[in-house]
Amino acid sequence: MSATTSPMLKIDGLHVRVAGKEILKGVSLAVNAGEVHAIMGPNGAGKSTLGNVIAGRDGYEVTQGSIGYMGRDLLALEPEERAAEGVFLAFQYPVEIPGVNNTYFLRAAMNAQRRYRGEAELDSMQFLKRVREKLSVLHLKDELLHRAVNEGFSGGEKKRNEIFQMALLEPKLAILDETDSGLDIDALKMVADGVNAMRDASRAFVVITHYQRLLDYIVPDFVHVLADGRIVESGDASLAHKLEEHGYAWIAGRHAPDRIGAGAA
Amino acid sequence: MAGALLESLLERAGPEPDAPAWLADTRRAAADALAREGLPGARDEAWKYTSLRALGESRPASGDAAAAGRAVDPSLFALPLDGPRLVFVNGVHRSDLSTSGAIAGVSVSSLGSASATELESWRALLVREYDGAASAFARLNTALAVDGPLIRIAASCRIDVPVHLVFIGAGRDIAWHARALIELGERSSLRVVVHHVGVDAAAQLGNVVVQASLRTGARLDLVEIQDAANDATLMRRSELMLADEALATSHVLEVGARLSRHDLAVDLCGRASRFVSRGVFALRGRQHADTHLDIRHDARDTASHVVWRGVADERSRGVFHGAITVAQGADGADANLSNKNLLLSPGAEIDTQPVLEIHADEVKAAHGATVGQLDGEALFYLRSRGLPPEAARHLLIVAFCAAAFAGVAEDLRVQLEGILAAHLPLAGETS
Repeated sequence: MSATTSPMLKIDGLHVRVAGKEILKGVSLAVNAGEVHAIMGPNGAGKSTLGNVIAGRDGYEVTQGSIGYMGRDLLALEPEERAAEGVFLAFQYPVEIPGVNNTYFLRAAMNAQRRYRGEAELDSMQFLKRVREKLSVLHLKDELLHRAVNEGFSGGEKKRNEIFQMALLEPKLAILDETDSGLDIDALKMVADGVNAMRDASRAFVVITHYQRLLDYIVPDFVHVLADGRIVESGDASLAHKLEEHGYAWIAGRHAPDRIGAGAA
Repeated sequence: MAGALLESLLERAGPEPDAPAWLADTRRAAADALAREGLPGARDEAWKYTSLRALGESRPASGDAAAAGRAVDPSLFALPLDGPRLVFVNGVHRSDLSTSGAIAGVSVSSLGSASATELESWRALLVREYDGAASAFARLNTALAVDGPLIRIAASCRIDVPVHLVFIGAGRDIAWHARALIELGERSSLRVVVHHVGVDAAAQLGNVVVQASLRTGARLDLVEIQDAANDATLMRRSELMLADEALATSHVLEVGARLSRHDLAVDLCGRASRFVSRGVFALRGRQHADTHLDIRHDARDTASHVVWRGVADERSRGVFHGAITVAQGADGADANLSNKNLLLSPGAEIDTQPVLEIHADEVKAAHGATVGQLDGEALFYLRSRGLPPEAARHLLIVAFCAAAFAGVAEDLRVQLEGILAAHLPLAGETS
């Protein structure tokens, strides 16, 4: 099948349980190469669950439905295989790893992906050249490289490091899980610049966010509202503005009698 | 009372016509004490987690008459160190494997070839008595060790090149003993790398005591690498005695031997003397390693800082006992000890016990110990970036141990990391 006719990411009737509780209750979503989709919704709607299931985190049990990626069954792949196939999750809470140097980690990750894909590994000179290019595009300081992964980073630095990793690893499908939360306006712009610089016809983004604010800078092609484990509304970028204006209660009203997290701001 | 091991070893401890009377007396007294009190048993607090039952019933040969002729591959102990190297095979000095290279202010020789006059100059260290069954192996060493390196640094002499002391265990059913004596004159400094290796299938008992005495203002940087053969039993005691304002740093890497015990005894007897120590043990299979730290603050304004890591995989067992004693009158002492451990398998076990005993006022003391497992979140984070699970685990374990090598000179640190990595599970390519 050709990429022009089949979506890059195709989620069908996805049901997911976490610790015995059903969180996603039949999510369907198709994302084509070149598109940016925003997933919005109140707290507890299942937004992060969706991102984690796509990345392959343990503890998420798919009870029904499927996730296809580039024509393959994504759920059959291990997390590192998904990464090497081009899936990237920017974590909501990036993990601190004391003792692991950021540069070392990134080179190990990049070369592991390249080995998987049968590509030649990068030596440290080639790798550092790429790193410097990305750092300058993202206006990040060299200092970031010499520190342990996320150790002692501020919330904003951690999120910027996620975007830096994304820029370096050049995924085909990037999922940003509330990357905007806790960011000041400068950091938010930097995150948006990082994403916008990478937008092209071969890449897709799924931007998970609670607020419309980020979407002023990363203008999505589609906006979906996830509430109580289902996508209850889809539209273009203007949907995000309506949500901002009316709050999630507005959606709840339109989809009664579904009990969804009303009143969140 | 003494058991098969001691009986078979002590019957060889006969009269020594060549030794000075004081040394022969010291050796005999140690042998007598051993015969009387035997090996420590399960009721002995200091040996609570390390059983000597099987060892105590073994009957290895005492010493190795063939040590001088045993073939040893020098790559076994190759390290990029450009100082003098002294090699001992089963406790016997091998000049053919050693390199001397005279350095002004450094006197290097061996216990086995020392004259009566020279022995006399080491008398204070050699006559040290050890109390109780818990010190059985130090006593055994006193009774039976007749060879080992002797290193003396003249006052104010600062030696940059490290001295490499290599102890090799080779061959089965042998018990051997070696004693290393190091003396640093006032305001002198020295780096020493003590390196234990073994030829494979060396089911044998090695027993090494290192005694270092630091005069006023001296500095010793000691690195100990225990990479003995995986079926060896190795008993070690490292003693450091620090005079006023002396500084000792100690880095310990323990990865070898089937059964090993390391007693690190530090006496901060001089005012404002300091001890900084970092170490790590990484065990697998059915390895058992027991580390005992005994740090005594006996003078004012002394400081000790200890950071230790432990990793146990498969069915291995690690023991860490970190005792710090601040004596009466040792006001202004500053002591802290941290020991973190990682269990990689449900069959592995680590027992850690920090012990603080304080008899002085105005003391700063802190200690902490933890035992945990690899962080699942961190593992997923690394995998989500493309690292296979084995590589991710390896990276996290290496990172966990990294604190143990802080402060080691760069070239040597790379070597230590390499030795450690080779002993970790699935040492796959990660870069």
